Formats: sequence, structure tokens, C-alpha cells
Amino acid sequence: MLAFVLRRLAQALFVIAAMLVIVFFGVNVVGDPIYMLISPEMDQQQIAETARALGLDRPIWEQFLVFLKNAAQGDLGRSFVHGESAIKLILHRMPATLELAFVALVLAIVIGLPLGLYAGLKPESRLSRFIMAVSILGFSLPTFWVGLMLILTFAVSLGWLPATGRGPTVSILGFETSLLSLQGWKHVALPAFNLALLKISLVIRLARAGAREAALMDYVKFARAKGLSQSRIIGVHILKNIMIPIVTVLGLEFGSLVAFSVVTETIFAWPGIGRLLLEAITRLDRPVIVAYVMVVVVLFVTINLLVDLVYSALDPRVRLTEATS
Amino acid sequence: MSDTALPAAATTPPAAPAKEETPFRRFVRSFVEDRLALFGLALFLLIVLLAIAAPLIAPQNPYDLASVDVMDSRQPPGAVSGEGFTMWLGSDGVGRDLLSGILYGLRISLMVGAFSGILAATIGAAIGLIAAYNGGRTETIIMRLVDLQLSLPSVLVALILVAALGKGVDKIIIALVMVQWAYYARTVRGSALVERRKEYVEAAQSLGLSHARTVFRHILPNCLAPVIVIVTVQTAHAISLEATLSFLGVGLPQTEPSLGVLIANGFQYMLSGSYWISVFPGFALLMTIVSINLVGDRLRDVLNPRLEK
Repeated sequence: MLAFVLRRLAQALFVIAAMLVIVFFGVNVVGDPIYMLISPEMDQQQIAETARALGLDRPIWEQFLVFLKNAAQGDLGRSFVHGESAIKLILHRMPATLELAFVALVLAIVIGLPLGLYAGLKPESRLSRFIMAVSILGFSLPTFWVGLMLILTFAVSLGWLPATGRGPTVSILGFETSLLSLQGWKHVALPAFNLALLKISLVIRLARAGAREAALMDYVKFARAKGLSQSRIIGVHILKNIMIPIVTVLGLEFGSLVAFSVVTETIFAWPGIGRLLLEAITRLDRPVIVAYVMVVVVLFVTINLLVDLVYSALDPRVRLTEATS
Repeated sequence: MSDTALPAAATTPPAAPAKEETPFRRFVRSFVEDRLALFGLALFLLIVLLAIAAPLIAPQNPYDLASVDVMDSRQPPGAVSGEGFTMWLGSDGVGRDLLSGILYGLRISLMVGAFSGILAATIGAAIGLIAAYNGGRTETIIMRLVDLQLSLPSVLVALILVAALGKGVDKIIIALVMVQWAYYARTVRGSALVERRKEYVEAAQSLGLSHARTVFRHILPNCLAPVIVIVTVQTAHAISLEATLSFLGVGLPQTEPSLGVLIANGFQYMLSGSYWISVFPGFALLMTIVSINLVGDRLRDVLNPRLEK
């Protein structure tokens, strides 16, 4: 087990290091951010001075070494635009994105699970077919398009929900949240549903496949023979067994929710890290781009690592096949 | 189910002797059995036709600034333009006829999707074949790279790539190819590994055929079925991704107005009630993606019966 953990840990660190190199050099090959930062009145000398102050006049490998040295101390550079530490900017905006992703995840389960269960237990019914058709649509509709339609329907036409921004926030244990007021929930409803749509479709498919399989199992037949009520069979026996893969997949998908939030946050003007990234890309704010990617990659790798380790602890076969391959 | 399905998949080597029913005919016959897929195919062909014929059928050339009148801006659907033609879908913020804009936008969206899909398929399939045929260290390195990329969400990878590459049609295509190649590499490697152990490969090798000939003339054709399926699904995905990037303002520039750019332009007017500027290009995008997906779904069932839907 220890060898397995160490191997996985080494792999995770390798991925992070590889991304660090790729992103740093990738972002640095294009455009010259200096032209985005200077004002037109500056003369050559002032431009050169600004470049020197930001360390942009040095050769790229030297910049990389400086970056590495600082990164080791948890400093991923200063934003060219905001003049603040890039990592601080991201951590400051992080709670809004995490909140959005969390609500989306809950929505995915609350909406997707019952629909998927129904479709799996009554595969021939009309409603089931309809549910599956909707889930196919959910997979193929572009997120931003659905977002537009949501705004058009619920904000512009009906006027029920606000289209942009985040509600008033309250600080709890240092974590800013808007989920404690009705106004906050109104603000989070549309973007969270928009973000959740793909995952709802995913949960529907997983739950349906799981329920179809589980319904044929001996333990379900036995439970039925024992005379248990239908709701108990579904709620206890089937649900328990199909939840394992669903929870695993959703755990892995949390990272992708954070990544997809770039689209949703832009449409709904949600003040999270996704919008920060987009602003950084359009303004060539390299340190923020690099810091964002590093934060998200670390988040991803950590989640993958945890899921892997938990899985192998639960299921020894994973370890064994890994060792022999 | 898999018992009846296996022979169908196994009896499609390229050099199969012509029988009463060729594999291609059987493929066509089972494809048309599904009405929905046929509808998807018809819709897709119609869209392609409209896109190709755009310069002939569009009431206005949206690139031609002389024919665009600012007085016509933000006219609702059905309004008559200053030049006298009816703008069935209304006009956008600078007075361009929206229907013409959509027809021209379809051209760009489809072209970007198709180009990136075909390029990614070619490159990805070649890499996958190389990995499977060579094995060893080459395979390990390639597959690690594939795993690394597939573990990151495509939107994120694409965003980082356009951040590094910049705007423009060529750059978007490069970014989309780099997002997609890994899917092909993984799939082709998977089927090539199976094919490599079959007798016809051994026969080809003992006949003294070169490695390249064995790989590309004998193994590759037998790995194509899943590639065709992924090409359709991934092309739809590429079109959607390009629209997303363009909507976010980091994809195609205003001078190459794809559907995503059109939708982005209309977004600012949507809250003030001019819904049509965003909504109609959005529907065009939707129709395109859904029609391709309907075809792709059916292709998956027909070409790979072992895969349960």
C-alpha cells in the first residue's frame, strides 16, 4: 500500500511540475504584455523602465528561474494589472466559485438522481424516454447558450430572478458565502443550474445504468421475496449500491465544474476565479493566468489522488493490477 | 447480444470479397432504420448546403460595409431594411441583416469544426497507431501524455491554449486540434492493439511488407469504425467549443463572425429586450450541434454494436 501511495504521489507531483513548465513557457511565447500596460505618452526610456520593474527585460529562462524560486515560497508573481499578488487575487475570488460549484453539485444530485432512478426502473415508460432525450440534449447544448436562454426566460421575460452578480455575502469562519439570505439564493439559482446542467445529464445516465443493473440482482429479488415495500427496496437497497460510482464520478467532476465556471461566471457576471481568468487572458496578465492554472491543476490533481487512494483502499484489485502492469 | 454483433464487426476487412450485400450496404440499411438519425442527417445536409450557398441566397453580404446601414440597427424580425428587403430575423447592433449574418456565420463555424475534426483525427490516429505498433517506451510516453490531457477538462485546455496562441481562425483550429487529438489516439491505440495480434497482420509481416504498409494499409482500415464515430461527436464538440470561446471573446475575432461571435454581439442587447440578435444565431448553432449528434449517436450503434448506448 505504501509503495502505491508513494507512486501516486510522485505521479501527481510530476503532473504539477509538467504543467508548471508548459504553462509558464506557453503563456510567455505570445504577445508582449508591456504594450498593454504602458500609456501611449510614455517614451522609450519609460517603457524600458517599466519592463525592468516587472522583470520583463530579462531572458525567458532567467524569468523562469526567478518564478520557480518565488513559487517555492508560495508566490506566483504579481498581477500586471492589479499590482497585487496573483495568488492572493485568486484565493480572494475562490469562495465565490467554490460556492457556485458546490450548489451545482448538489443540484446535479437532487435533480439527476430521482430522474435517473425512474428512467432505470421503468425503462419502457414514456416519461423515461423523455428524460433520456432531455439528458442527451443536456450533453449537447453548449453551456453558454443555455445560460443565455435562462437569462432570457427567468430574468428578462418573467423577471423572477436577477441575471447578474452575487447576492449580499456573510462571512462565516472566514469563508464568504451568500447562501444565508433569500437574495443570495435568488442570485445563485440561475448560474448554479446552468453550471449543473451537464452534470445533471451525467447523473441521470449513471443512475439509470446503475438502477437497471441493480434491479436484476439477487439481493433485490430477495428483498422483494421478503415482502419489503417498493420504496424501501429502491431507497435502501438499490440506492445504496448505485451511489458508490455516482459519488466517485461526481467527486472527480468537481474540478471540471470549477473549470467550466469560466463560462457561467462570465455570462452571469459572477465574481469568481473564472471571470478573473478571462480578464487576465484578454489583458495578457501572465502571472494571473499562470497562477490560475496552477491553482486549478493542484485542485484537480489533489482530487484525483484522493479518489484513487480511497478507491484502492476500498478495492484491493486496483492496487494489484497497477502493480502487475 | 454481443454474440450476434461480433461477426458484423469482424467481417469488415477492406479486402473482403464482394458478396450479395456489401458491408457498406448493410451499414446504410441499418443506419436508415432509425428515423431520428435520418432526420438528423437531412437537417445536417441542409445546414451544410445553406452554408455553402450563403453568398447566393443571403439577402445581404454582411462583410460588405457599403450595403450595411446603421439606420437599420436593432430592427425586430420582419422589419424592412432601408434597401427594401425584408429582414426576416431582424438586424444586429450595427444594422446587418441577421439571416445573412447567420448564413455566413455557419460557414465559418462549420469550416472550423470540420477542419479541426479531420486534422485531429489524422494526427491522433497516427499517434495512436505508432503507440500500439511500437509498444515499449514510446507507447508509455504517448499514453501518459494522453491520460494527462484527458484528465483536464477541454474548456480549460482550450482557454489556456488560446491564451498562449492568440486570436484568429488558424489559431483556433490549432487549439481545437490540440484539445481533440488525445481522444483519437486513445481509441485508435485500443483497437490497434487488438488488431495487431490478429492473423492477417502476421501474414502481412511474413510476406515481408514494410512496417508502414502493415500499419497504414492493413491495421488502420480495421480501426476506422470507432474513429468515424468520434469524428462526428468531436466535430459537434469542436463547433460548440469554438462558439464558447468566441462568445467569451477569446476565440475568433470580429472580422470572422462565426455563430459564437454573433451570439456574443447580441448578448449586450439582450437585457434591453432585443432578444433576436442572440437567440437566432443560437438556434442555428443548436440545430447544427444536435443534428450532428443525432447522426453520431446512430453511427455508434451501427458501427459498434458491442458498445451499449
